[in-house]
Amino acid sequence: MALERWFRRKRPTRSDDNSPAGLWLKCDECNAQIYRKDLEKNLYLCTECGHHYKMPADARVAMLADAGSFERWSGTIKGADPLAFEDTEPYVKRLERAAERQKRPDAILTGAASLQGEPVALAVMDFFFAGGSMGSVVGEEIARAAERAAREGRSLVTVAASGGARMQEGALSLMQMAKTTVALEALSRAKLPFISVLTDPTTGGVTASFATLGDIIVSEPQALICFAGPRVIQQTIKQDLPEGFQRAEFLLQKGMLDDVVTRPNLKARLALYLSLLRGTLTPTATAAVGGEPGGAAV
Amino acid sequence: MALPFEKPIDDLSDRIEDMRAYASEQNIDLSEEISLLEGRLERLQHDVFENLTRWQRVQVARAPGRPTALDYIQSVFETFTELHGDRTLGDDSAMVTGLALLGGRSVVVIGQQKGRDTKENIGRNFGMAHPSGYRKAMRMFNMADKFGLPVVTLIDTPGAYPGVAAEEQGQAWVIAESIQRMSQLKVPAVAVVIGEGGSGGALAVGVANRVLILENAIYSVISPESCAAILWRDASQAPKAAEALKLTAGDLLELGVVDGVIKEPVGGAHRDPQATMRCVGARLEEELGALSSLSETELLEQRYARFRNMGRLESVT
Ligand SMILES: [Zn+2]
Repeated sequence: MALERWFRRKRPTRSDDNSPAGLWLKCDECNAQIYRKDLEKNLYLCTECGHHYKMPADARVAMLADAGSFERWSGTIKGADPLAFEDTEPYVKRLERAAERQKRPDAILTGAASLQGEPVALAVMDFFFAGGSMGSVVGEEIARAAERAAREGRSLVTVAASGGARMQEGALSLMQMAKTTVALEALSRAKLPFISVLTDPTTGGVTASFATLGDIIVSEPQALICFAGPRVIQQTIKQDLPEGFQRAEFLLQKGMLDDVVTRPNLKARLALYLSLLRGTLTPTATAAVGGEPGGAAV
Repeated sequence: MALPFEKPIDDLSDRIEDMRAYASEQNIDLSEEISLLEGRLERLQHDVFENLTRWQRVQVARAPGRPTALDYIQSVFETFTELHGDRTLGDDSAMVTGLALLGGRSVVVIGQQKGRDTKENIGRNFGMAHPSGYRKAMRMFNMADKFGLPVVTLIDTPGAYPGVAAEEQGQAWVIAESIQRMSQLKVPAVAVVIGEGGSGGALAVGVANRVLILENAIYSVISPESCAAILWRDASQAPKAAEALKLTAGDLLELGVVDGVIKEPVGGAHRDPQATMRCVGARLEEELGALSSLSETELLEQRYARFRNMGRLESVT
């Protein structure tokens, strides 16, 4: 359930780094020098090798929502500090700083949109806010999005990116796993689709709750998806882990995912799923949807 | 076997024993002295146990000799009949399930089982279930619904097992499914955290109408050791993490995570397992009795509301 990465000094390349030092970055995967502006224009994919970098939540919404269709729901609630938690620094200070930097009160962005004409609720996690950890606010926003989607006849699309539960909210963050899960019931009753997109990384309490309860679950290539992180497992079993362990392609083979879909194909693929599930796909519309039905895009 | 902070208590009770032995050996009357010391022992136990730090409670929650799920099942329930296997992957001995009578009522009981000694502990994987364990629990939820039997779960696990096979078999997926399945039970469900409520692995069988906890049990999103390793980068800061995580029965009652705390005998459940188990049994009967008057819809709505309202929020100004 760790936020290890958030607290680790040496971090992987931050795709949201806007500092002058961050103008250029060296690709984690192929070592190519990439101009950051090019990365942003390229859906945060390496321009050389296509490596999928973490995508900021706003860019993700812009990619998935039809132009001008997004209407934000989240942002009216913020975290309390029920435990008066303090480690090397008070939790409220961490929250304030993250809120200021990310320009939102917590690690989630939700709202209504149309996705190739399909009415959806989008709930996109912001990994750059406290490692996308799920506390009371993230749980509540997801629950509200699911329930409002059910009321408004929208499908739900969530995009997970999370280090797990937010331990600074103690057992209350654990309870968000149950909260988000029970809220999905409204969608089920309304027979509305819930599609869960897992991105790098999706771990701990988020993986073990709403994110793996989608009618359809897809992942981006190479995403780390797990309950316990690789480091924890290595410490437990004291052995090397199998090649590709806990990565999207590995989990697809193990039968845990419906498909692995590259970012440029994601929107069309989601639209296809939604229209097939809702019976709104007409033969003439098929050509417009495109995508690569049937195959695992890698 | 004694916990570090129990040493003065053990020393004093050893002295009382010695004095008794001496008195009977020498055939002299030391009853006045002995009763004086006994009074002092009781006060000492009270003082120590009223003022336990959170980290000390973590130690009590994990103490050897503390009654395990099977101890409760064998003493509180009657005619326990174990049912094995998840019908897919195997039979997980860290999750014990079956049918039993409780106060004359047929119930489905699910217990997370730690070992009572090292050998059993290894056999039971220290109470850490694999996906198979959660699948078995879900099979029991189905059975409970089909036959209209109330569900009792006894929670005591460091967490779901973090291993290669567990991950490959979808540990996260089954925990999510188990949470969902349990939330949809049409029958009354009561959960009791009897020792360690370790994270998602505990919550997977904790989505009950009533969630109770023993006085010295804990329920947490992460173990103090792992929390310390991440936030302080030093697992030996676990006592600090335990304080920060507010994982004791009293804390959880205040946060609304649990509905009630079951008192333990002075000195903790491991000092008097029989008395502890009697208390839990009586409380379970009481809770099931109260829930039995609710309709299916009321049970579902109550459970939904209980978990839907978890958390603390503020409005953005
Ligand atoms: Zn590259």
